[in-house]
Amino acid sequence: MRILFSILTLSLIATVSFAVDSEEALDDPVLQARYEKIIDEVRCLKCQNTTIKDSNAFLAGDLRREIRHMLEDGLTDEQIFDFLVERYGDFALYNPRASGKTLILWIAPALFLLGGAYVLVNIVRRRMTLPIDDDSAAED
Amino acid sequence: MWKYSAPVVIFALLILMFVKGLDPERDVNALPSPFLGKPAPQFELPSLTDPSKTVSNANFGDGMALVNVWATWCVGCRQEHDFLLQLAESGSIQMFGLNWRDNQVEAQRWLQELGDPYVDTAYDEDGRAGINWGVYGAPETFLVGPDGTVLYKHLGPLNRPLWEKHFVPHLESAGKIQ
Repeated sequence: MRILFSILTLSLIATVSFAVDSEEALDDPVLQARYEKIIDEVRCLKCQNTTIKDSNAFLAGDLRREIRHMLEDGLTDEQIFDFLVERYGDFALYNPRASGKTLILWIAPALFLLGGAYVLVNIVRRRMTLPIDDDSAAED
Repeated sequence: MWKYSAPVVIFALLILMFVKGLDPERDVNALPSPFLGKPAPQFELPSLTDPSKTVSNANFGDGMALVNVWATWCVGCRQEHDFLLQLAESGSIQMFGLNWRDNQVEAQRWLQELGDPYVDTAYDEDGRAGINWGVYGAPETFLVGPDGTVLYKHLGPLNRPLWEKHFVPHLESAGKIQ
């Protein structure tokens, strides 16, 4: 009974994860792997917080179809991302390129870290100039 | 000095961010088109009304053109349709339709029943031209200049106030409207 239940549960998971992309796998497993990786990094512009892998909007389906065609035509991943950015802008990629307008996205964490380090160093330095022991300060 | 001015500066920057981010007129889903100021994407598709003819960028001629992306399944397109008819009647601009991901018969019927504001409509059955134009939700309206560059893109249903605010300045600067 328990085993049966586990199998049923697992089969439900399987249907959920394969429900969106109903296309058949590409013949070449290498291409299929690249395809799955790419569609997981492309935003569905119609439903902006999902990838085209997880979206069943028809635009996501169209984009998946275009990406399959491009893969079959031998385009590189870079060329495919270029195709999308040219048409939909940097926002189309979940992993935006570190160039131009998106550069701030990449360097902002480092800037915040440096800013925090600067403040921390200053506080520590200031404390170092204070007497170590409050009691001894009182005695002086 | 810096110790006292830094919080003020940071606060001012935050206020600026909030003013921009909380602007009630801002459409959070609208994305800037990467085609602005660049040549309009090339397309060549059968005409919706007469499939033996083709519609392409060449049909724009050397004037301003409006490219309106629409479909019969699109509620916003129905909303803006009456305004598009008025606009076509005013003769201020030639308007082309891009019928996107639609049923041909239903789309033809739409134009017959509601009126046809377009010089011609391209029938993009599989949505490929739509992708090339960076379309992600109908209705979308592109303003293409006489030299074939995209001057403006509007997302969502058009109406007169929006038209006057966003499109007319471009037409005026090109000297097409007095």
